[in-house]
Amino acid sequence: MSRGSGGSAVLPFTFDQYTRVFDTFWIVLQRSILVALLTTAICLVAGYPLAYFITRRKTAFGRQFALFLVILPFWTNFLIRTYAWRVILGREGLINSALLNTGIITEPLNLLNTEFAVVLGLVYGFLPFMVLPIYASLSRFDHRYIEAANDLGANDVTSFWRIMLPLTMPGVIAGCILVFIPAIGTFVTSDLLGGTRGLMIGNLIQNQYSGNGNMPLGAALSVVMMMVVVVALLVYARFGEEKK
Amino acid sequence: MVVRSVGKVGLVATPLTAYFFLWAPILLLVLFSFNDSRSVDTWQGFTLRWYTNIFSGVMGTEARFSTELMMQALSNTLLVGLVSTLIATVLGTMIALSLARSQIPGKRIVDGLMFLPVVIPEITQGVSLAIFFKIVFDFLDTSAGMRATPGFGTIIIGHVAFNISYVAIVVRARLANMNPRLEEAANDLGANTWQTFRRITLPLIMPGIVAGGLLALTLSMDDLVVTFFNAGVGTTTLPMFVYGLIKTAVTPEVNALSTLMLVFSTIVVGVSLMLQNRYADRPYTRQ
Repeated sequence: MSRGSGGSAVLPFTFDQYTRVFDTFWIVLQRSILVALLTTAICLVAGYPLAYFITRRKTAFGRQFALFLVILPFWTNFLIRTYAWRVILGREGLINSALLNTGIITEPLNLLNTEFAVVLGLVYGFLPFMVLPIYASLSRFDHRYIEAANDLGANDVTSFWRIMLPLTMPGVIAGCILVFIPAIGTFVTSDLLGGTRGLMIGNLIQNQYSGNGNMPLGAALSVVMMMVVVVALLVYARFGEEKK
Repeated sequence: MVVRSVGKVGLVATPLTAYFFLWAPILLLVLFSFNDSRSVDTWQGFTLRWYTNIFSGVMGTEARFSTELMMQALSNTLLVGLVSTLIATVLGTMIALSLARSQIPGKRIVDGLMFLPVVIPEITQGVSLAIFFKIVFDFLDTSAGMRATPGFGTIIIGHVAFNISYVAIVVRARLANMNPRLEEAANDLGANTWQTFRRITLPLIMPGIVAGGLLALTLSMDDLVVTFFNAGVGTTTLPMFVYGLIKTAVTPEVNALSTLMLVFSTIVVGVSLMLQNRYADRPYTRQ
């Protein structure tokens, strides 16, 4: 629809908003997808060993405690966890003052309001989303398969790639989906840690709805974002459920 | 051999780094809420100043962050949280029961739809609710001349909308683990449907309902995005208040307030875990 007074939606129907989404905001869309993919990849690389570590604790208490250490930050208010990074990364934040005091740098580094900060904040926020499904998959995994593979002459790397990873794939895919989707719609993290440099599609949508924004444009942006999400879910439906 | 030992070290080092990564920011935040200095770079001794500041006057520098407004935001948060949790828990449990027990047509579709709020980005949900409310309000205005504005009602409906799914999923998991023979046995012994539900099913799924309810309460109290789009003017919740505070400046009072919220959610999680352990009645579950 067209943009009416005060940014609300009025007739007639038009595709103008979609043209704008793909022309003007293509770069933001692209960045959002890249940031979300990068976040997912980092979460996977860090989350899999962590989930493995939890399943390999000897006692039930050990496992529960190791799991609890992941769950508690996850239950903590997202806003507060994001804010904590502002304290650490800011110009007068912990990292900068530590580096300045030790004389490693003379000028404060620009850590906040970068894409780096956004990815960091997202990985921090969504790591538990990756760990928990993988943990669920791994705890059902029978480690005797690995022993069998070793007996048959496979080394650790081979048995991981050929046996453990394929069998825990549903957990991995579920984790990737659970990280990717909120990461692409991020709005708080990119707003607090990214500033204008980390502008993501979520912030654009929010801008279109608040004040004298442009609701039809916001709606078009939301639809495009949903399309990306649907594609991600189709990937999940294709690969994630199959082997259950 | 080298590859093997590197792998072994990596398998321990990566998780430990991840734990450090997960906990360090939170612990630093708590630590610096007791720091007797405005800046965060150096430790200048222990103080409770920032905590007393929160409760005795203005935090930050602006009047819109007064204690009075914070308390109002807190009571709004609690009200919205309790009401929406109550509604979502009842409705979510009903959905879970009907999905697990009945053979209604289109069950699979409802099942799929139930997961939708869990998987779609929060912002989409907030925006679509906002549009929905706008359409409804415009319709009321033109057809019945009723003037409605966003506020408590819209926030609560929004929270119920996303919480129903979480409650339903948790309760369904519990139902799926329940031994169906227990219900059959009750029927054989002459209990009617209502008695079976009241005496057998409900007590057995109670831990699931409680866990779902606590999850809903935490989610509701933490929610910023859905509230943000549906709050209208004049209704502020605690996350919105904190958000405004953070956007304005990094002040030690925010650290203190964050620490208090942290303590609160830790208590809720603790209670929820305790309840789940107490109700761990393995003989009644299907293994």
